[in-house]
Amino acid sequence: MASSSEEVRKHLKTYYIVFGSLAVLTIVTVTVGFMHLPIAVAVAVAMLIACLKGSLVASFFMHLVSERGIIFWILALCVFFFLMLLLVPSLTFFEPDYSDFVDGVSGSGR
Amino acid sequence: MSTVAIPHDIEPHPMTGMYNGKFGLWLFLASEVMLFGALFSTYVLLRVGAPAGTWPAHGSEILDIPKATFNTLVLIGSSVTMVLAWASLKMNDVAKGRLFLLITFLLAGTFLVVKYFEYRDKFHHHEVFVKEPVLVGGKEYMNVSGHLTEDSPALTRAPRRWAFSIPEYVLIVADGKYAAEGHGESGAEAGADHGHPEPIRIEGSNIHRLTDYGPWHSTFLATYFTLTGLHGLHIVGGMVVIFYLLVASPSMWNGRREKLINRVECTGLYWHFVDLVWIFLFPVFYLL
Repeated sequence: MASSSEEVRKHLKTYYIVFGSLAVLTIVTVTVGFMHLPIAVAVAVAMLIACLKGSLVASFFMHLVSERGIIFWILALCVFFFLMLLLVPSLTFFEPDYSDFVDGVSGSGR
Repeated sequence: MSTVAIPHDIEPHPMTGMYNGKFGLWLFLASEVMLFGALFSTYVLLRVGAPAGTWPAHGSEILDIPKATFNTLVLIGSSVTMVLAWASLKMNDVAKGRLFLLITFLLAGTFLVVKYFEYRDKFHHHEVFVKEPVLVGGKEYMNVSGHLTEDSPALTRAPRRWAFSIPEYVLIVADGKYAAEGHGESGAEAGADHGHPEPIRIEGSNIHRLTDYGPWHSTFLATYFTLTGLHGLHIVGGMVVIFYLLVASPSMWNGRREKLINRVECTGLYWHFVDLVWIFLFPVFYLL
């Protein structure tokens, strides 16, 4: 949005706080990474911290907190399709069992 | 010739609430999310489907975490200097704005230099897969990773393939992890003084596969180089635009000032996105 010089000045402190938080969260995620947690817990913690850092960047550095309107619908659509993309690998759950077929091929001597 | 003003190139469009350039950049970023999303999805598929033992249990087995942590902090720092550049211009301080742009540019360069050293280390690190087990630190192994000594015969890539031709023999100084693993039982047999480990000689006739840690080493490194390489290209792209802003800002400041500020804001949006991608790449490859 068209923010005035005064408004921008007020935001400076926020930028430094966000920078500090991002640096601290980076150290936290590295420390947790070396704690050798069970893989499911490790993934959950790492992704939680990454999402937190990502939201800080998007909200304050990219000024999403002060945007209004249609952009959120577009981004919601983007998030929806992103999640769909990440779910695509789960389709392998429905993969048929090819073991008989493979045996048949190798048995025929290719 | 009459000039036609392009509507909403500076003033916000009533429907989107932002000037058109910024709206366009957001749409571009949405498409970028799809690009990286597809690659992340591929990563998940390859990792979950990897046969047991073919994926490193922890990124630190192969990758350099201190360098990457440093790079993460560099990138976060460059994000804050980018937003400060825009804020300074908004507060009518062009000198400070350009200084912050310059710092952002230099931090981006620092990231790439560190990344270069990280990549280079991978190409100077080798793994030998053997037919008969080899003794390292008193224990038998079917694959040994480490650094080839200068006395080893020079390696050549097989014609039209990335794999190395198998040399007559290799002299390899095994990585520190072997000493740590073997020490408990018969560490003395390792014959290695601390700090000066003896190279192990492996005959070519016993070598089944010899590779460096390039993308061809494993699926893990293939995905690592693809994703960090694409991210690195985005850094290069950002640097080109920031360089343009540095060069063009003095004249634009005295003419199309609003336009300059908006361009810096749009560049910032892109730059923060590149930072955001790294925020996810870092834990995914290095820490999990």
